[in-house]
Formats: sequence, C-alpha cells, structure tokens
Amino acid sequence: MTRSLDRTEISLMAGLPVLIALGFVLPEWIVNYIQVSLGTGLVALGVMIQMRAGLVSFGQGLYFCIGGYAAGLAGKFAGISDIFLLLALGIVASVAVSFVLGFLLRRYREIFYAMLSLAVSMILFGLLSSIEELGSTDGFNLPAATYFGWAPQDETAKYALYIATCIPTILCAFLLNRYLRSPTGFIGEAIRENELRVEYLGTSAHRAVHIKYVLAATVSGIGGVLWALALGHVDPEMTNWTTSGQFVFIAILSGTGNIVAPLFGTFILEIVRVYAVEVSPNTWQMILGIVMLLTIIFLPKGLWSLIRKSTTVNTQRQKTSEVRPGGE
Amino acid sequence: MLTAVAIAVDGLGFAAWLFLSSVGLTLIYGVMRILNIAHGGFYALGAYSAAWSVGLYVQTGSNVAFTYLLIPAAAIVVGVVAGLLIERGVLRFMYGRDEVLMVLVTYALFLILEDATKLIWGTESYVAFQPAYYLGTIDVFDIPYTVYKFLIIGVAVLCGLSLWLVLTHTRSGKLLLVVIEDREISSALGINVTLFFTVTFVIGATLGALGGAITAPEISVSPGIGAEVIVMAFAVIVIGGMGSVGGAMIGAVIVGLARAASVHIYPPAELFSIYLVMAAVLAVKPYGLFALAEGRKI
Repeated sequence: MTRSLDRTEISLMAGLPVLIALGFVLPEWIVNYIQVSLGTGLVALGVMIQMRAGLVSFGQGLYFCIGGYAAGLAGKFAGISDIFLLLALGIVASVAVSFVLGFLLRRYREIFYAMLSLAVSMILFGLLSSIEELGSTDGFNLPAATYFGWAPQDETAKYALYIATCIPTILCAFLLNRYLRSPTGFIGEAIRENELRVEYLGTSAHRAVHIKYVLAATVSGIGGVLWALALGHVDPEMTNWTTSGQFVFIAILSGTGNIVAPLFGTFILEIVRVYAVEVSPNTWQMILGIVMLLTIIFLPKGLWSLIRKSTTVNTQRQKTSEVRPGGE
Repeated sequence: MLTAVAIAVDGLGFAAWLFLSSVGLTLIYGVMRILNIAHGGFYALGAYSAAWSVGLYVQTGSNVAFTYLLIPAAAIVVGVVAGLLIERGVLRFMYGRDEVLMVLVTYALFLILEDATKLIWGTESYVAFQPAYYLGTIDVFDIPYTVYKFLIIGVAVLCGLSLWLVLTHTRSGKLLLVVIEDREISSALGINVTLFFTVTFVIGATLGALGGAITAPEISVSPGIGAEVIVMAFAVIVIGGMGSVGGAMIGAVIVGLARAASVHIYPPAELFSIYLVMAAVLAVKPYGLFALAEGRKI
C-alpha cells in the first residue's frame, strides 16, 4: 500500500534538484562544506531517529567509521573505486555489525544505552589506532571515485561526486521519513513514553529498538562512505567518542521534530565552526558547550521547534491535555 | 614468573589510578543520578593545576618533599572551586530532569571545561616529573619500580577505605545513604537534601581532580587527557555497577589487571582490552557486578 506523500517528502523531492543546481551556482568552498556536511548530516540523522525513542547514542561514530573504512579498505586493498560498489560495501558492513551488536544493545535504555554504544565505538577506535598497516592514528587515503567505469577528471569529478552525494542523502532522508511514519517507527515514540505498555499492547520493544538501531547504523555507514570519498581520507578519529558527541550535539541543536533538521543543523554547524576556529581556536568547544546548554534549557525540542511553533504547538497542547488525566 | 609479577604490580598501579579517577564519578551517580561527563574536565583541571604548581615550586629550588602536600592542595582548590561553580551555577536548576538529559548537560559542561583549561594553561604540555623520582625506586623481583607508584596505590586504598568508613560509620554518611535510598522521603523527614547534593558533587569533583593531580608527575599533561580518562572511568564504574563505591574498586582492579596483562602479553590490545572486559561483564551481568535490581515502572 502506498501512502500519500507528506510535506517533508514533497520538500525533499523538490529540494534535490535545487541542491544539485546549487552545486553549480555557489562558490566552490560552500559547495565543499555542503558536501561534507551531507555526509556527517546522515550520521546526525541516525542519532536523531534513535532519539525519537529516547535513546541517545554516544557512539554513532562507530558506523560512520565502519562505512568510511569499508570504502577505504576496499579502495586500498582491492582497488575498488566504483562509488556504487563502495556504498554497497559500507551498507553491508554497517548492517552486519549493527545486526549482531543490536542483540546486546536492544536490552539497554537510557544512560546504559549511551555508555554501551560509546564503549563499542571505543573498541574500534583502539583497534584501528593500533593497526600499523592501516596507518594507526593517521589513517590512510582513498582513491578518487569512479562511476561504472567512468573516471571523470578535475572539475567534472567534483560535480559528479557532489551529485553522487546529494542523491543518496536525500534518498536516505526520504526513506527514514517513511520509516518514522510507519507503525514500526511510531513504536519508537511509544517506547520513549512507556515501554512496558508497548509490550502489554502486544509488540516487542526489543525488536523495534533493534530495527531502529540497524537503520541508524545503515544511514551512518552511508554517511561515512560519502564523507570519506569527499575528503579522500579516513582515520580512527571518526569513531572517537568526541566525534560521536558532535553528532549528538547536532541532533540536540536541531531537534527531533523533522528529518530535514539535522541536515540543516550539520551545515550551519560546519560553517560556524570554520569561522569560530579562525577567530579563536581555543574557545570553539566552549562556544559549542554554551550553545548546547542554552538549547537544552530554552529550546528542549531544538531549533526546529522555532520554525514549527506557530503551526503545531497549539494542537499538540490540546492533545496532551486530553491524554494527561489517564497517564502517568 | 617475571611477567606475572610485572602484570600484578603494573595492574595494581593502574587500578589505583583508575579507582581515584572514577570513584568520584560513581559517588555522584549514586547520590544524584547524574552521569557526570564533566568528570573528565575535573581530572584535567587537577592534572594541570598540580603540574603547573609543582613546576613553579621546583623552579625556586626548594625541597621537593613539600610537593607531596602541594599536589593534593592543588587538587582540592580546583576541585572545590570548579565543583561549586558547576553545581551552584548550572546543575541545581536541572535536578529532577531526565537522566539522559543530564548526560547531555554534563557533556556540554565538559566541552566548556576543556576550553577553560586551555584558556588558563595554554595548549603546550606540562611535565612535573620531580615528585615521581624524588622517592627513588624499589626492586620487586629485579624489576625496578618507582616508590611513587606504590604511594598512589596507598592513596587509592586510603581514599576507598575512608569513603566506606564515612558512609557506614558516621551520622552524615548514614544520612547520605538515606538520601540515596529515597530523595523525596528524606527531604520530608527534614534532611537538607540540597546541601547533601552540593557537598557530594564537590567531593566527587575534588576526587576527580585528585586523580588527575596525583597522576600528573607520571605523565606529560597535555590537552585531551580528560576525554581519554572519562571513557575509561565509565568502563570501570559500569563493570562494578554504577553508584557502588566497592564496585568501582573491584572494577578498577579488574580493568587494571586486564590492561597490564595485555601490555605485557599482547601490546596492540592495550587500548581496547578495557572495553572487551566491560562487554564481557555486561553480557553476564547486564547492569554491572554490584548493581541493585530496580523495579520497572508501569
């Protein structure tokens, strides 16, 4: 059964040609930032869909890194540079790892979920940092991407990679939006509210969390491949917990209101970072921390709630006041 | 035989460091239900202040022995100041909020502390090795160890014991256990819960700073040490069961021995042996070795 497109999906479809067109119009440095932030934006998206179920992953960098290294290893040792093959490898690797780890993580909630996801990402960090064949902490470089045997040069290569980044990103966002609107997706929010009731109603919360975990890992893996190709380099820092912390930051800042929010949030953060690092390199993290605190205190639903406030807050308030008397 | 002795001594030394760095974390979690990522920031503050003050003091050419007082003093000063500032300035407005949200709040505080440390002490590294070598070395089965290493082990045992004594044998310690049991009822009984929270947080912060300060002579103090230590401290307290001081001690010994074993037997595993141990423990005991069972709320 196909359901009607909602506003987000229509905007995403309309946004794709605009995004691609921007690549030809805007100055090169902005396009570079858009490209890089689409890659990391997908990881933030992975964090955000888990947040919908009240789960904060402090180790999403794990799949970002697995995607990047899957592409990197295939390029380095098997000489594969076809972007579609690399994406497929990244997806396979992320799905395989997250499927297995999911059995462990789906048992945990709240801070335990955060800490365990952090711990498994740090195992990979330790592993990659100690393998000298893979450049230890320095990482290694990736070959330039090819497209079914077509190997563009210079300017063409840049645009081709840009377009090849935009399309999977928008596609992922589109499919995730579908997922969040599906019954399995909505169970996530029910789990956040009250997990036991979800199980009384006859659904397995563990299974729903597992599905969510694998999906989040998959988009993060795709993000990792795209990011690695855009930079042409991977290193273990991708799975360090401080990197994962930044994805959490983006998800908090942009809020879980809409699938597009983390993508915009990443881009804004990327641009702000460039200027902040230039102006005062030693206070960049402090600015991040203060902004994060202020967001948590004053905008608990993220920046997106500013945009949506006028239209939805009133109806939502009515809904919650109707539900309240029976709840808690 | 030599390897076994080396693993045992190194493991205990490492365990002492881990315990000192993580006991404050487990204490704060046990009392306040805050998993304090900013703990890594306290550790870094302690390490910097100790290395900096020892460096200044040694330059004057005075007797090195006095640095053994200087190190804990530096830790107490920064621990109390930073702890009070953060608890009174930020956290007290957030009590009763979701545990996960508090993780994010303390993560934000951690980022702020990281840069505050850089602003105060710059980005260069500090080396204050004098206290570590002043006491000389001692041979254990022909392997020379610095006496300072054993001093750290002693301090860790002392801290653990005195915490346990305070908690079980003094009036305020017992009241604290009551607060841990039920915050609301204890405040209804007239216990000043807010004061307990403030004091606990400051003590926890000071312990974190002490962990950093006491390690400073053995390492090169440079930016990023806080981020490294906090993930290890998490592993330790998760293994022991979050909120349990005894658990943190056992967790520290397990992790310390595991890491020392991997250093001596298979060095590449050093960085991730800790998390492997943690995953193994959690696979058997999902909430750590000494965690209490909690009922599910309907």
